[in-house]
Amino acid sequence: MSFLDLDEFLIELAGAVDLVYSPVVDVKEYPENVDVCLIEGAVCNEDNLAILHKIRARTKVLISFGDCAVTGNVPAMRNQLGLDNAKNVLQCAYIENAQNNPNVPKADGIVPQLLEWVLPVHEVVHVEYYLPGCPPPADRIKAVLGQMLSGVEPKLEGANLKFG
Amino acid sequence: MAAKTLTIDGKQISAEEGATILQASEEASVKIPTLCHLDGVYDVGACRLCLVEVTGVPKLLPACTTKVAEGMDIKTDSERLRKYRRMILELLFAERNHVCAVCVSNGHCELQMLAYSNGMDHVRYEYTFPKWSLDTTHNLFGMDHNRCVLCTRCVRVCWHIEAAGTKNVAGRGGKSRIITDLNMPWGEADSCTSCGKCVQACPTGALFHKGSTVGEMERDRSKLEFIVTAREKQQWISAD
Repeated sequence: MSFLDLDEFLIELAGAVDLVYSPVVDVKEYPENVDVCLIEGAVCNEDNLAILHKIRARTKVLISFGDCAVTGNVPAMRNQLGLDNAKNVLQCAYIENAQNNPNVPKADGIVPQLLEWVLPVHEVVHVEYYLPGCPPPADRIKAVLGQMLSGVEPKLEGANLKFG
Repeated sequence: MAAKTLTIDGKQISAEEGATILQASEEASVKIPTLCHLDGVYDVGACRLCLVEVTGVPKLLPACTTKVAEGMDIKTDSERLRKYRRMILELLFAERNHVCAVCVSNGHCELQMLAYSNGMDHVRYEYTFPKWSLDTTHNLFGMDHNRCVLCTRCVRVCWHIEAAGTKNVAGRGGKSRIITDLNMPWGEADSCTSCGKCVQACPTGALFHKGSTVGEMERDRSKLEFIVTAREKQQWISAD
């Protein structure tokens, strides 16, 4: 949503890049030979893990986008419950607090299994750049994208690196 | 007292004998990053962020606990120091559960501020995700061990300024933690006077006023300095 706060820069950006994949485009398969990918969210389930490896293999520059991707943030708080955390959170959400039909959702190939441990993106694959923030403010996103578009190595400094 | 002449970042300065490198650098307007240092209480050199290079000394020295000496040549900023400072910050973030996005001190946190001003864009070490508890048994204040950096500022203000001696450190290594009285819930610690100085002293969101939510916890450190100045100099004046 913070990305949409880029306002009129989005129009400028649309003229400068080809948007080939996102959660809101029709393309179902991540394409080959992608120049830059902003990847958001922590690595929480098998689906996240599989697509992350695919994205890494098919992308030149990965940018870890937002606190969840950079630090694990709130999704990783379940790690504090120890190695059984995946089982425990599902038990708590779908059995203990369920009002109707207590049942942990399970459907192979449809509902991805939770990983035992939630990880920030860079603990799974190599990441070129980091864009922290929860959410990253629009001007911070614009700074990085602007630098990339003008062929400069992206570099954030000072308060532009603030987590949270 | 005799004055000592020394050099900080190429600047010739003089400092009073017995002054620390940190005090001397402040007078020379050289900024050294600090975390466990708090104006008004004695220094312990716990966080190691204020490490400086002194010519002729192979190891790095903490500016807050090292006294100035005649002819000292001090460097407060170098590739080596920046490397260690960032390493220390990353280790602090990896050691406990610092989730800035949902913290009461978001935007007013010294750890958060140090991280971005020292260029920490991510943590290279594996996060440990330890299990720590939250003590909300006191009727005014709360303590979240997840956000504690063990700077011991709260312990020092409790003993040195309030002289209540409620807060202490227990355990060893990574299991070290702040306790109240004989490791009992804060609400049952009889020695606590509920003065709130520890809450004012905390650099992160570990100690907070109950009822404050994300980003709401702002502190006024000058209150602590005010009390110390009043007691030591009999002057009821604020620092600024």
